[in-house]
Amino acid sequence: MINRECGVYQTTYQSDMALYPVPLARYASIGSLVVLALIPALLDSHSMALVNLITLAAIGAIGLNILVGYTGQVSLGQGAFMMVGSYAAAIATARYGVPFWLGLPLGGAVAAVVGAFFGIPSLRIKGLYLAIATLAAQFIIEWGINHSTWISGGAQSTIYIPTPTFLGWEINTEFRRYYMILPVAVIAYVAALNLVRTRVGRAFIAVRDRDVAAEIIGVSVFKYKLLAFAVSSFYAGVAGALWTYYLKIANYEHFTLVTSVQYLAMIIIGGLGSVLGSVFGAVFITLLPIVLVYVVEGLASLFGFQYAAIADFLANLRLIIFGALIILFLAIEPEGLYRLWGNVRRYFRLWPYSY
Amino acid sequence: MRLRIGLIVILTVALATGLAGPATADHTIKIGGQCDRTGATKLVGVEICPGIADYVKLVNKKGGVLGHKLEYTEIEHGYLVDRGVEAYERLKRDGAVAVFDYGTPIVYALTPRHMEDKIPAITPGFGRADSTDGTVWPYIFPMAASYWSQAGAAMEYIKQKGGKRGTKVAYLYFDNPAGREGIPIMEAVAAKEGYQLRLFAVPSPGLEMGPQVIDITRRFKADWVVGHLFGRSPSVSIKELRKAGFPMDHVVSFVWGAGEADIEAAGWDLAQGYLGMQFTSPGRSLPVIQEIIKMFRDEGKEVPAYVGGVYYSRGVLNAAVVVEGIRLAIQNFGLPVTGEKVKKGYELMKNFDLGGFLPPMTVTPTDHEGGGWVRLYQVKGKEWVPATDWYRGYREEVMAQVKKVNDVHKAAAKK
Repeated sequence: MINRECGVYQTTYQSDMALYPVPLARYASIGSLVVLALIPALLDSHSMALVNLITLAAIGAIGLNILVGYTGQVSLGQGAFMMVGSYAAAIATARYGVPFWLGLPLGGAVAAVVGAFFGIPSLRIKGLYLAIATLAAQFIIEWGINHSTWISGGAQSTIYIPTPTFLGWEINTEFRRYYMILPVAVIAYVAALNLVRTRVGRAFIAVRDRDVAAEIIGVSVFKYKLLAFAVSSFYAGVAGALWTYYLKIANYEHFTLVTSVQYLAMIIIGGLGSVLGSVFGAVFITLLPIVLVYVVEGLASLFGFQYAAIADFLANLRLIIFGALIILFLAIEPEGLYRLWGNVRRYFRLWPYSY
Repeated sequence: MRLRIGLIVILTVALATGLAGPATADHTIKIGGQCDRTGATKLVGVEICPGIADYVKLVNKKGGVLGHKLEYTEIEHGYLVDRGVEAYERLKRDGAVAVFDYGTPIVYALTPRHMEDKIPAITPGFGRADSTDGTVWPYIFPMAASYWSQAGAAMEYIKQKGGKRGTKVAYLYFDNPAGREGIPIMEAVAAKEGYQLRLFAVPSPGLEMGPQVIDITRRFKADWVVGHLFGRSPSVSIKELRKAGFPMDHVVSFVWGAGEADIEAAGWDLAQGYLGMQFTSPGRSLPVIQEIIKMFRDEGKEVPAYVGGVYYSRGVLNAAVVVEGIRLAIQNFGLPVTGEKVKKGYELMKNFDLGGFLPPMTVTPTDHEGGGWVRLYQVKGKEWVPATDWYRGYREEVMAQVKKVNDVHKAAAKK
C-alpha cells in the first residue's frame, strides 16, 4: 500500500528509530536510487560535471556533519583531511599501481588516522578554541605535504595519476565518473544514516549535548571524540581521494582553508545534525554560484546590457546575491535547509487538514 | 490546480530552452576563457579579461579570422577549482575549440581533461614550466616565458650588470608550487657562475616580509634580489626592501610582481628603479593598443584607464595568440576548425610579434613556450620604462631542466 499516516503514532522505540518510518519511505528511497542511477540519461556532460561536483561535495559534507553536527566538535580542518586522503590515494595509485576502488578506502584510512591525531586537542578544549586548534591542523598538514618531497612529488606538489579503470572499463567521461562517484556517495549516505541510529551515534549526540553528563552515564568521551574525528576524517579522506580520481591529479591547492570554510558553510546552511541536510548544503553551496552566473547574465541581457561592458559589476553582484541568500535562508530557518524541507513536508503530510 | 501545473510546464520549458542556449550561425568559431574578477587574483583578472574581450571584438570588427567571426565566452570562477572545472565543461559543451585557463591550481586540475578532450589550452604565466615540451603535453601551451625562462632571464640580467663569482643573489619567493618553480634554474645558474644563492620563502598570504628582508639585507648582505611573489605581496616586498635601504634597481621581479597595481600599492615614489619582467609590451604607443583605443573612440565611449596597462596587455596577448592559432589552423587545415587543428595551428606559429607588441614568438611541437622571451621594464616617474630589449637567458639550462622533468614523466607514464 502506498499511503502515509497523518500523525505520529509510534508505540515502540524500535519503530521510532526505524530507517523507514512508513512503507512509502522505503518506496521513495528505492525510487530516488533509480532516479539517481538514471540521471546520466537525461543530462549532457556539462550538467553531469555539476552533478559530480555536488556529489563529491556531499560526501565531504556528510563527514563533517558527523563531527560538527552530531558530535559538536567544530572543525576547520576538513580541507586538510581531504588533502591527506587525496595524496594517499595518488601515491598508492601512481607509484604502486593500486586500483582506485582500493585507493578510496586507503585514502580514507590514512586520513582517519591523521584526523584522530589532530582530534586529540578536542579532549581538552571545546567550541571556538577547538576550531582554532583544527585551523592549526589545516596549516600544519598543508605545510607538511608541501615541503616533504616524498609526499608532494616535487616542487610543484602535484601527482598525476593514470585514468582509473574498473574491470577493464576506463573511467574517462563525466558519465562514467558519475558511476564511480555515485556508489561511494550512496554508501556514505546510508552508512551515516545508520551510524547515527546506533549506540555510537547516540554517544556522539550525548557528547555534543553535554560531555560531562555523557561521561556520567557511561559514555567514554575520550573514545567517542576521537572516534568522531576518525570517522569524519575517513569521509573527508574518501572525498579527497575521489576528487583525485575524478581530476586525475593530486594538488594541495585544491584543499585550502577556503575549502574547509566552504564545507562548514554547507553543513550550517544544510542543517547541523542532519545527514540529508548535508546533501542540501552541498547542493546549495556548489550549485548556487553557478546558477547565479546564468540568472544574473540572463537578467542583464534581458535589460539589454552587454556582458563585456558590465562584467565586473555582474561578478560582484553575484557575490552579493550569494551572500544575501545565505543570510536570507538562515534568517528564515536557522536550523537549515533540512528543517525548511521538513516544514514543507509536514505541511503536505497533514494537508488539507493542517489545523 | 490546473493553473499551477500549467505554470510549472511553462517554467520547465522556459528553463530548458534557456539552458540549451541560443542557436548559432554557421562558421562562427567559438573560443572561451575563464576569469577571476572576484577571487584571490581579482587585481589581475579585472584587466586581463577585458583585454581578451576587446581584442576579440577588434578582430571581429575587422572582419573576423579569414572572414569567420569569433564568439568569445568568458566565465567567471572566482579562482575556485570546482567552478573552474564547471567553466571548462561548459565551454566544451558549447563547442569551444580553444580555451584560456586562468589560475595555476585550475590549470593543474584541467590538464588531464585537455589531453582527453583534445582542446588546446593556453596558460600564459599560469602554467607548468615543464609543459614547454609539447611531445609530453600536447594540448597545453604556456605561450609565454615560463618561470624557468624568467629565472634564466633574471640571472642573465645580473650577469650583464657585472655579476661575477661570489655575487650574492637572494631569491625571494612565495611558498607555493608556482613560487618554488623557479628554484631549479636559479640553482643551476648559480652553480655555473659561482654565485652565492640563498632562498627566502614567504609563507601565504605573504603580507609579512620583515624577517626575510632583514635576513637578506643585514645577514646575507645580498647584491641582488630576485622576487617571485603574487597578489599583494610584491608591494609589501617593495616597501620592506625600501625601508631596509636596499637599492631598488637591484631588485628584479618576475612577471606577477610587475603590474601598475603592484607599484600603486607600494607607492610610485618608493619603487623608483624597481625592475619588472614582462612578456608583452605595456603602454599605449603600440599599433594594436592604438587600434583598440580607436575602436573605443569610434563607438563614442571613453577609453578605460586600464587600456595599455601591464595586465591588460597580457589579456591582449592571450587573445592574439588564440586568433593567430585559429588563423593558421584555417589556412593550413581548412574548416571546420577543431581543437586538434588549432593545436597544430599554434605549432606553426613563426616570428609572430603583432607589430612589436609581443616578442618574436615561434612555437614548435617541442617548444610550446614560444621561445621564452622576456623584457625588463623599470619604474621611472609614474610609468614602466623599457630597460632591455627582448632577450632570453641561460636557454640551455632551462631546456635541460625541461628535458629532465619530462623524462621523469615519460618514465612514469610507461610504468
